Amino acid sequence: MSITKVRSLLPAGTHYLSGNEAVAEGALAAGCRYYAGYPITPSSEIMERMADRRGEAGGVFAQMEDEIASICSVIGSVWAGARAMTATSGPGFSLMQEAVGYAALTETPLVIADIQRAGPGTGQATRVGSGDHMQARWGSHGDYQVISYSPWSVQEMYDLTIEAFNQADRFRVPVLLMGEEAVGHLREQVNVPPEVTLVHREKRAGAAPFGDTGPDGVPPMPSFGEGENLLVTGSTHDARGFRRTDDPEVHERLVSRINEKILNARSRIVRTEAHHLEDARLAVVAYGFTARSALYAVRRLRKDGLRVGLMRLQTVWPFAEQEIRELGRAVDRILVPEMNRGQVAGEVIKAADCEVVPFGQTNGEIIHPDRIAEQIRRLL
Amino acid sequence: MARDLEARLRTGVQATPFCPGCGHGILMNLILRALDASGIPMEEMLFVSGIGCAAWIPSPHFKGDTLHTLHGRAIPFATGAKLFNPALRTLVISGDGDLASIGGNHLIHAARRNTDLTVICANNRIYGMTGGQAAPTSPRGTRTATTNRGNPHRPFDLCKLVLAAGAAYVARYAVTQPLALMEGIRRALEREGFSFLEVLSPCPTQFGRRNRFESPAEMLQSLMERCVTREEAGRMGDEELAERIVTGEFT
Repeated sequence: MSITKVRSLLPAGTHYLSGNEAVAEGALAAGCRYYAGYPITPSSEIMERMADRRGEAGGVFAQMEDEIASICSVIGSVWAGARAMTATSGPGFSLMQEAVGYAALTETPLVIADIQRAGPGTGQATRVGSGDHMQARWGSHGDYQVISYSPWSVQEMYDLTIEAFNQADRFRVPVLLMGEEAVGHLREQVNVPPEVTLVHREKRAGAAPFGDTGPDGVPPMPSFGEGENLLVTGSTHDARGFRRTDDPEVHERLVSRINEKILNARSRIVRTEAHHLEDARLAVVAYGFTARSALYAVRRLRKDGLRVGLMRLQTVWPFAEQEIRELGRAVDRILVPEMNRGQVAGEVIKAADCEVVPFGQTNGEIIHPDRIAEQIRRLL
Repeated sequence: MARDLEARLRTGVQATPFCPGCGHGILMNLILRALDASGIPMEEMLFVSGIGCAAWIPSPHFKGDTLHTLHGRAIPFATGAKLFNPALRTLVISGDGDLASIGGNHLIHAARRNTDLTVICANNRIYGMTGGQAAPTSPRGTRTATTNRGNPHRPFDLCKLVLAAGAAYVARYAVTQPLALMEGIRRALEREGFSFLEVLSPCPTQFGRRNRFESPAEMLQSLMERCVTREEAGRMGDEELAERIVTGEFT
């Protein structure tokens, strides 16, 4: 693993961007030079921006025949040496799931931006939802881990996209930027610093590319064309990549390692943010756009003297178990507002010993701060 | 010459996993001979395959970079690698079920875009690895694990399909035509743009035993009798051609 600093592609300073544009700019700043995608509302502006910027940034833009081809070509490009991404929304994210599992098992670093809309099915294509978090975690078959981010602002669409690429390379894992339509189409100021810090996947000639040979159980990763005679397969494989599809020990060791390398690094992956929690009796746990409504509600109720605070999850996966456990000891109750029917609330219930109240809304609209305030007043 | 080819095989890999009488071993041999004849070093090659018996031709046997992918998706994986690093000479080797059924859409779109890939489709006209189910290439009337009264559907003509989609090079040979096939592989590798080679390869285990072939030798014999060159086909009437497989270059 090596760390470099490069100049930002956008001029340093304040820019006025949509969330989707900020994802594309963050990706380019992070050195993403392969983008493949398929049009889908409400994420298409990401691919359009990537197509527009190819001239200045260089690299490859590929509009593929579907989402399956998009993510598969991303994986191919990564093994050829690229930092690469695709973007989509619910239905396309569903189509990509088999390849997410392939990327997890082959330890292929890549980034998927899922700009969530109201599902299930085709649902409401232009309306907001946040119903893909369980799919992000469990969408492919078998046991594996991913890292997922839940940005709440256009600034974070930029910053967390850069971090997503760095964490993908650091841990050789698929990283998901779980945006929501509301932040994808929101326009806000983005502060672009002059330099970007990049973490690069480790390279070590001759090292086993799938073994327990690197720090933290993350093996070095060579690319095609480097004379390593790589054997990459989505079947169970040993440290050198030979298929071992009937060896119980090899399978157990591989599946354990791709899970443990992420779970053991939770303290370096999980990101939470505390707002007004010092003396809170009730905590709101929220993420993504809903956390904006929640913070607004919390601040207003604070003015009325209510002891309420907010813990914002910037990452959803791996889950902030320890942080939520501690929060559950400090407060009497936790309210979890989210634009789904309790996907993350279930995780909070598992981790916290106190009473946890799910508050789901699935009407294709953001949760209004008044509705959250009303719930808080009811519970306090 | 055979000893020269050893350098192109991955150290430590011994017997192939193919059944007795399978045509894929012949194809594997001819791919290596064609690479040797073209003087292409293995270091320049990227071999990409999907899922199925044919996908095991390059992986793990070939001593080069190999990418064994998801079922049906070899072509998009190959596309990503090739577009990002055009120096990789990218050869996709997979089966008919993989490339033409689950991966059929990727096949025609890669041909339409004329992506600089070479695709070898080992066509045994059945799903071998999963136990002999009907494929989109199974001839009408074929008995398979899912069509025990005979396949009611007609098969794809893969060469016509890929040609219509815009491929730069399209050819069909059988493993019973080794010299022509080897030359076809060489030409496909050397052609810029999307090259497609359909290779008929017998599957005695799944196809033969359900369709009254007494032995692998009989399947090979039948393939030799049925394959005709384009020139020979030109002299045949429709009735005579009905049971034939036309081989040669179509571009």
